[in-house]
Amino acid sequence: MAWIFTAMVAVSVLFGIYNGTMDAVSAAALSGANDAVTLCVGLLGVICLWSGVLEIMDRSGLSQILAAAFRPLLRKLFPDAAGDPVTLSAISANISANLLGIGNAATPLGIQAAKRMAKGCSGTASDSLCRFIVLNTASIQLIPATVAGVRAACGAAEPFDILPAVWFASVLSVAAGLLAARVLQCLWRPGP
Amino acid sequence: MTSYIIPCLLAFVTIFALRRGTDVYDALVSGAENGLTMTFHIVPALVALLTGVSMLRASGALDSLSALLRPAAEALGVPSELIPLLFIRPLSGSGGLAVGTELMAQHGADSTVGRIASVVLGSSETTFYTVAVYYGAAGINRSRYTIPAALTADVAAFFASVLAVHLFF
Repeated sequence: MAWIFTAMVAVSVLFGIYNGTMDAVSAAALSGANDAVTLCVGLLGVICLWSGVLEIMDRSGLSQILAAAFRPLLRKLFPDAAGDPVTLSAISANISANLLGIGNAATPLGIQAAKRMAKGCSGTASDSLCRFIVLNTASIQLIPATVAGVRAACGAAEPFDILPAVWFASVLSVAAGLLAARVLQCLWRPGP
Repeated sequence: MTSYIIPCLLAFVTIFALRRGTDVYDALVSGAENGLTMTFHIVPALVALLTGVSMLRASGALDSLSALLRPAAEALGVPSELIPLLFIRPLSGSGGLAVGTELMAQHGADSTVGRIASVVLGSSETTFYTVAVYYGAAGINRSRYTIPAALTADVAAFFASVLAVHLFF
């Protein structure tokens, strides 16, 4: 993460000099930091709501039912997490929310899972955790409602006619991400 | 149809839990309190990310990179108007949506460019934001190969979208 942040800042400064946009870069640095706080405050309500819903699902046994349905798939993808039923149910809830296209719900559910998976690895991501994040950075939603809304606003005859193309691209993208993770896993051994 | 998902889900979960004898309200409130602390733990990571991303956007680096890639894109049969979307999509959710919306408004939602833009938006996520939020909350500093693998998925989504629109329409 240190490399990524430094690279972003360094590239910005270089292009700021080259393009003569340093005034804008300077203003953007401060407004970006500000935006982060505004964004988190804006997300606070939905994150609290869905964390509460997850708690209801956990206490009532609904999470366990969901986890049982996903277990065969998750055992293959996340072998080190499969032993912990709480992690499994959080991952299952996260994947379900992603499929339904409720991104706001998927985030707190996924964070619960990531926090449990990160326990005892002292700040270094495990292979299972990397795969879990890659799955979340690729989109697996079945109905892209936001995009369909934009399409409708821009005068599309059938806003949802892109569905087969979206599914096709999503499947290829998830497959490419998991394949890349599998290949890179051998090169990127966890350091000391 | 999609507006039914959230209300029905909430109704189903609460009714199911009530019938199982769960104290629904107590669970909701204590879970929400977890959400509160969780959100505050995300702030530092998001400050770092959004500072970097907005500096990058303001510097014009993305436009320069897009211009650089234009000949290569055209050789591959990718309309060059779409190149900025390839760069902005993993960095900024609102930025990606804005670029996509503009492409649809300019070329028409049912044009090839408009359709590819919609499919790209529908089949990818804001990668850097997701990584920052999850790892920020989970206290991960060394992400190892997460970003390269996730960006591979984004590039694959982009080219798969171009291919899909050519195949399906």
